[in-house]
Amino acid sequence: MTIDSATESLLRDLTPQVLGALVRRYGQFEECEDAVQETVVAATLAWPTSGTPANPRGWLITVASRRLIDQIRSDHARKAREMTVALEELPSAEGEAAAADDTLILLYLCCHPALTPASQTALTLRAVGGLTTAEIAHAFLVPEGTMAARISRAKQSIKAAGSQFRMPAPEELDDRLSAVLHTLYLIFNEGYTASSGENLNRAELTHEAIRLTRVVHRQLPNDGEVAGLLALMLLTDSRRTARTTTSGDLIPLAEQDRTRWDRTLIDEANSLLVGTMARSPLGPYQLQAAIAATHADAQRAEETNWQQVHVLYKLLERIAPNPMVTLNRAVALAQTSGPEAALEVLTDLDADPRMKNHHRLHAVRAYLLEMSGDMPAAREQYMLAARGTASMTERRYLESRASQLAGGGAR
Amino acid sequence: MKFLLIMNVNPAVLDALTEDERNAIGTGHGAFMDTITKSGELIITQALADPSQSAVVRVRGGQSVVTDGPYLEAKEYVGGFYLIDCESKERAIELAALIPDASIDGLGIEVRQIMFSAGPLDV
Repeated sequence: MTIDSATESLLRDLTPQVLGALVRRYGQFEECEDAVQETVVAATLAWPTSGTPANPRGWLITVASRRLIDQIRSDHARKAREMTVALEELPSAEGEAAAADDTLILLYLCCHPALTPASQTALTLRAVGGLTTAEIAHAFLVPEGTMAARISRAKQSIKAAGSQFRMPAPEELDDRLSAVLHTLYLIFNEGYTASSGENLNRAELTHEAIRLTRVVHRQLPNDGEVAGLLALMLLTDSRRTARTTTSGDLIPLAEQDRTRWDRTLIDEANSLLVGTMARSPLGPYQLQAAIAATHADAQRAEETNWQQVHVLYKLLERIAPNPMVTLNRAVALAQTSGPEAALEVLTDLDADPRMKNHHRLHAVRAYLLEMSGDMPAAREQYMLAARGTASMTERRYLESRASQLAGGGAR
Repeated sequence: MKFLLIMNVNPAVLDALTEDERNAIGTGHGAFMDTITKSGELIITQALADPSQSAVVRVRGGQSVVTDGPYLEAKEYVGGFYLIDCESKERAIELAALIPDASIDGLGIEVRQIMFSAGPLDV
């Protein structure tokens, strides 16, 4: 029995709303979450034969509430009478606005500071994204039992932290939103940096991250960083088919076939950025999106406005200092001022303990040495970088660059 | 991030342990497994049979040549491993320190990142 994609996406949208309604009414996040998951499975089985109910949200809330109460009854039989009274007023009468708010509150709850990033991503995908534990486990390449334990631990930690199902206090809101955005960013990256095409399930993670970021953007349309993150994801995703060969090897930005970039996604991202950057304070996601948009503007790699890319990285370095940002700025600087100037920036990074022996530092140095014509040194750095990376795809790419320079001659 | 926590074993060191110390190691592994199972970090752990029972296979000119014993004659050999999925290398190192072997003179746990995984996961 399968459901069509419209019903599937309806269920995905409704899952966090139903969970929100239940948690708001009954508390007990962990128990509610189990009841909602079971109900979604029940709907998947029932709706193809019985037809989608006229009020699907009401149906889900009613069935999930009954399941929850059945479970609580069997847990604490003596409380049965009280729960029957509670059941008489189901929370299905809430308006649409409350439903959408619930999705956001649920995101805040799943990205609770008591949880590690790995737990935040897992719980968000399950409770807000409506993915099954098996699907999440598959996407992260771990056994289902491992993921089930992680999710269950996450729910217990939220309970232990005494967190309530409500909007965070105004003074906490910025930090909590940052945590939500970071989690969505991690989910996106996990899908995007997936090695080859052999794991198609991971591509779904990028779609799920974009879908959830859209939900947050609909709720907070005036937040520049939310719009910036959405734009960044869309711009990155626009290059998906152009960034690897059919055999899964990486194609660097400069060598990608730009006619294969998805213009619809780029246009959407551009209008998001134009709207938001004019009226919101600048933040790291907006700047990264602006850099990606600058690349997207160039029909050919040679037409890239490197001056602008360099300025944007400088701004990013100022508001969110990080050696990786400096490394990227060095690459832009090489295009505007030559490889020697960029190599000087790298000398400063050598002293940074966070970059000690980092393969990206070797890879960029290799590229700059290659630009300056020092092929033997470039080759050596490519090999060092290849040994340092933990990504198979990246390693293959770096090794092939090294072998192109074999013998120290011209390419 | 996935890591293999490799337990290097030295039989001379193990033989010198008292009965109590050996029991403590067993209990320690039980507690460690419990910790990382509940936290959702354990993928699998396996202990390997003695290397004297190993066979080394080499194919030369299409012919298999099989010799008994380990690949390398060494004082230490791989006795077993934990395959884990955790937050960071720092966390992997923190977990490795919880393995009882890490606290024994002459033994140590190697933390090695996984680069590629394939195969049915629910082994």
